[in-house]
Amino acid sequence: MDTITSYAHIKHNQVSVNGEIIFQSYPSLSLPEFLSEAYKALGVSYPKFHKMDAQCKLGFLCTEFTLNGTSFLTENDITKTAIVLSNAASSLETDRVHQHSIDDKSNYFPSPAVFVYTLPNITIGELAIKHKITGENAFFVSEQFDAGLLVNYTETLIQSGTEASVMGWVEVDGTNFEAFIFLAEKQKYTNKNAIFKPLNKTSVITIYNQTIWTH
Amino acid sequence: MIFTSYNNIISPLGFSSQENYQAVSNSIIGVKKLKLPFSQDEFCVAKISDDKIKTHLSQITNADTHTKLEQLSILSIQDVLNQSGIHPKDNRTLLIYSTTKGNIDILENAYKNIDNKRVYLSAFAKHLQSYFQLAHTPVVLSNACISGILAIIIAKRFIEQGNYDNVLVCGGDILSEFTISGFKSFNALSNEPSKPFDANRVGINLGEAVSTILITNQKELATPYNTQIVSGSSANDANHISGPSRTGDGLFQCLTQILDKNTNDIGFISAHGTATPFNDEMESIAFDRAGLNTIPVNSLKGYYGHTLGAAGVLETVLSLESMKHQRLIKSEGFETKGVTGNITMVESHQDKIFSSFVKTASGFGGCNAAALFKKI
Repeated sequence: MDTITSYAHIKHNQVSVNGEIIFQSYPSLSLPEFLSEAYKALGVSYPKFHKMDAQCKLGFLCTEFTLNGTSFLTENDITKTAIVLSNAASSLETDRVHQHSIDDKSNYFPSPAVFVYTLPNITIGELAIKHKITGENAFFVSEQFDAGLLVNYTETLIQSGTEASVMGWVEVDGTNFEAFIFLAEKQKYTNKNAIFKPLNKTSVITIYNQTIWTH
Repeated sequence: MIFTSYNNIISPLGFSSQENYQAVSNSIIGVKKLKLPFSQDEFCVAKISDDKIKTHLSQITNADTHTKLEQLSILSIQDVLNQSGIHPKDNRTLLIYSTTKGNIDILENAYKNIDNKRVYLSAFAKHLQSYFQLAHTPVVLSNACISGILAIIIAKRFIEQGNYDNVLVCGGDILSEFTISGFKSFNALSNEPSKPFDANRVGINLGEAVSTILITNQKELATPYNTQIVSGSSANDANHISGPSRTGDGLFQCLTQILDKNTNDIGFISAHGTATPFNDEMESIAFDRAGLNTIPVNSLKGYYGHTLGAAGVLETVLSLESMKHQRLIKSEGFETKGVTGNITMVESHQDKIFSSFVKTASGFGGCNAAALFKKI
């Protein structure tokens, strides 16, 4: 049985790591404001962050919070580390921005800096670049967070040589947003670390629902 | 063993795989200069004729309740169901849909009587599920330009895992102002039919297509090609979100994963070959690094343009036809080698005895994928 070794969840302007809220901002903050506050709280300097669209920023932050304090990147072969993400809206939030830029023929301003983010897997690309992770990629679109799909697919990857995986859900749609990232490693599950969970659908659903949000 | 089975291609070159293979064998190209409804300028694109689509709509129940992509997808999937005789309601059958933009024309207000929610890919997929009464909610894969070939690789993995016997892989994307304006803003479009791997290539043509292939573990369904999917892999360059690795790292990693030492029986490589300066250069370097210098390479983008989410499925189907006919398809648009990697191009249609081929793709987000297909 493979093991979930860390996870983070961002929702309702709060960041939870391994089930505990570690950062929260005012509920009234907009998504861009919240992302900026969470970036400051993370305390890293990564200039590329400022060029990203909201979905990539959200995925980046959630992944950083998940990786913080773990040895995931040093203990696993990054060429055999997969990134498997999912959401419901694909890249629709940025699609709307691009569409708006071409709606009016007298004010026509499509931009490559926007258009490149009209693919959901760009979030995977940003995570790969940040951490030099070069293994398998897949971006699935499903109506709701689908723990079974992610776990089943990761199991097939582990069967075909993948040793570790960054997985989860990164969604921005209008004012709604949510990110949930978890790390799976090819190591026998033991209960000696209380955070660790066996990689299966039940534990993914459990950790997804674990955080008690304060607002 | 996981086999390739019955399939369909709907493109400007025809509404079946056979029609498409015949057209390509006769060097008919689907790319043309056209005036599109949204612009005064002409664009060099591969567009499926609206009149041709209309002649097929009687095959669809309540055709006007579906978007263009839904209509084409229904026709394509229905053709594969008819040919194969598999039952969509079967609990052991899954549909994987590969697309980059799905019903993106809904954002352009293209429809009056369609629920705008179907711009969401999951709602689009559920619409297909309800049309065919599929037992399972389709899995939607949206991973840029590798989506099609990656969907085929994922189909193999899911069948091997034991949950399914048959996976229908359908890939589709339509021409839209959305994608055309975006690629134009990148200066990535060619105003003439594109020239993959050529010294004078300047960019891509966009195209539209839907292609479906059945992937199965049922030996009796392997009859169309008697070909198995030996291996498949994806990898990320971890280099840049909109430019490929200059050293072809991700694609090279895929190739080393899927190939064993003996590459003698590989008849050809069906490359991604978009005809952008950077993409083709990167691919040539990756093929060179992988020691595939003497294996002929073709790109089908010269016939179809870049069909995005359909490309990997469509190009796999035509490559299967090519292997069945033991005849290599010319890399249309190629005249003078314009890449630094030491590679061999398919410069004319030609007979060849061979038993396997490689399909590759690369895309935005630094993603790459490759798969090896082999006769059984």
